[in-house]
Amino acid sequence: MKGNSAATTSAPSNMAAANKLMWLSLFFILIGVSGAVYAQMVGHHHAFANTREMPWGMLIGVYAYFAIISTGLCVLAAFSHAFGGNQMAPLANRMVWLSIISLLGAFMVIGLEIENPWRMPLGVILYPNVTSNIWWMGTLYGMAVGVMFLELLLILTKRYKLAIFLGVIAAITEALANSNLGAVFASLQARPFWYGSQLPVFFLACAVLSGAAAIVIFTYFSHILQKRPMDEHTFRGLQTAGKIMVLMTFLVTLATLWKFINASVSNQELALAADSLLKGPLAINFWVFEIGIGLILPGLLLVITRLKSIHVLSAAALMILVGQFFSRFNMVVSGEIVPFDYEYVGVPQYLSYTPSIAEYLLVIAGLGVVGFGFVIGERFFDETFHAGSH
Amino acid sequence: MKIDDLEQMESEDLSTLSSAERRRFLKIGLAVTGMYLGGSILSLISVKNAHAAGVVPEAGTYPYNPHYSMVLREHLCIDCERCKEACVKTNHVPSYGFRTTILEKRRSLGEDKSETIFVPVLCNHCNRPPCVRVCPTTATWKDEKTGIVVMDPSRCIGCKTCMAACPYNARYFKEETRAVDKCDFCLQSRLSKGETNPACVEACPADVRVFGNLADPKSRVFQLVHAPDTMVWVLRPETGAVPNVFYINS
Repeated sequence: MKGNSAATTSAPSNMAAANKLMWLSLFFILIGVSGAVYAQMVGHHHAFANTREMPWGMLIGVYAYFAIISTGLCVLAAFSHAFGGNQMAPLANRMVWLSIISLLGAFMVIGLEIENPWRMPLGVILYPNVTSNIWWMGTLYGMAVGVMFLELLLILTKRYKLAIFLGVIAAITEALANSNLGAVFASLQARPFWYGSQLPVFFLACAVLSGAAAIVIFTYFSHILQKRPMDEHTFRGLQTAGKIMVLMTFLVTLATLWKFINASVSNQELALAADSLLKGPLAINFWVFEIGIGLILPGLLLVITRLKSIHVLSAAALMILVGQFFSRFNMVVSGEIVPFDYEYVGVPQYLSYTPSIAEYLLVIAGLGVVGFGFVIGERFFDETFHAGSH
Repeated sequence: MKIDDLEQMESEDLSTLSSAERRRFLKIGLAVTGMYLGGSILSLISVKNAHAAGVVPEAGTYPYNPHYSMVLREHLCIDCERCKEACVKTNHVPSYGFRTTILEKRRSLGEDKSETIFVPVLCNHCNRPPCVRVCPTTATWKDEKTGIVVMDPSRCIGCKTCMAACPYNARYFKEETRAVDKCDFCLQSRLSKGETNPACVEACPADVRVFGNLADPKSRVFQLVHAPDTMVWVLRPETGAVPNVFYINS
């Protein structure tokens, strides 16, 4: 990559490709929303593969996936903006926008997943439950997106001091929303594989990992779309994101290892849940995608190439994002896969769950929102993204 | 704007911030963090003070009066399912759901022999109900008079967190009301209309299900769970939900 890092001439942006991507994203949103309308019409219990015993499935994982990426981007942006001193500052403006659109993607998925989304806006205000982690998560993420929009407005109008302040507020809000998202699972004693203090911190670690990967891959896409050679500052920023990816793949791998060691010395229910990933129905998801493609391979690639190649950086980032997708899926399903009454007659050791077509369509809606947001960002905020540090 | 003009502008980078300004900023950050953290910690506080030395609360420490509970005399159950039928009929339970059901477990007696035990299950109307704690819109709560865990379908957003949180698989999503449905000890269909027993209790031919006010020492439920030489257990005690459905063999 260093070969073109000094290039400064600007090539014409690839408007045709941007247009194609925009229409494709809108099409994704359309078919996703159509899937949601279909699911509402026939009933979620017919359209989705979830059951009474397994009330949450892939869509909850995908919601968490987008929300966790958003948190990572927001936190990394705040660190780059507020403290300076690191080389990611040229990426920070783009991170704010990407954080917003990832969160909107998350909202899209969860809004279509729940049964009565129309009861939610008033319900959480008129009948709040301050003991509910879901309530805190929703409230804090809602606030975060509002604060980030304000922050973006201030960045666009070049009022940087207040923008930095709002960026820090947004990062704190996102971090707490994220750990409440962890606690949604981690505070349920009925689900021992989720329960405990690890998950809220694990989610934050995954947020930093996913956020670093997301800024690398989207910056790479942006340069392809804009047909713009990457300048040295941006490339150094991506190398810093690469360092974060190396560190976080190591930490997340270590945290995963301890989770399994812990489960293996616990009761049978926990051991069964862990086995569902190690050698049970989720084994391929776990070993190939979450661990192999998502953690080990990108970590090794980054270390071996010493972060010198933008292509390897981007490939590693993509692998991490694929791995994180599977990680969220595996986390949600493995927590519910052992039935409460598995020792009773006629009850299987593991519940079966294969996402339905309607569920996949809703995931596509979320991807559509992120894709559409990305193109909008490239079209309208390119100058701000490219202006770099403030 | 030219480079020369830019150089003359006042820098907005961090070096221009005074120490006082940094401190003020830090204080605001800490205050915001404190406020959010306070709220998060609130979410870990149990819904109701609960007392449980063993699985059966000490006499006189029941949070409600009447404190409705059920005792299941497990070995008497013959799996005739009349309780299930009565529940379905009384509470309009759809075919894809249940408020109460009967599980079956097999226990080895050695030499290739085993016995089958039928275990009726239903909502445990816990003193620390995880479902109530997690609901974002307070669509489910402990009834202040009776301690029964009730639902307001019109508030339910269908997030199904209560279903994930319940240790007893006692909740299901009822498409007809677009809300989670569960056993309410027939509070709505019978108790509020002057009946003294839920439909399942009334229908049981083997006197497996005994219902009543645990806070009343004269009640049958009180006497059953406080009888000498009686082993009393609850399902999944490790979850800390402090259930009000007790199991005995005598």
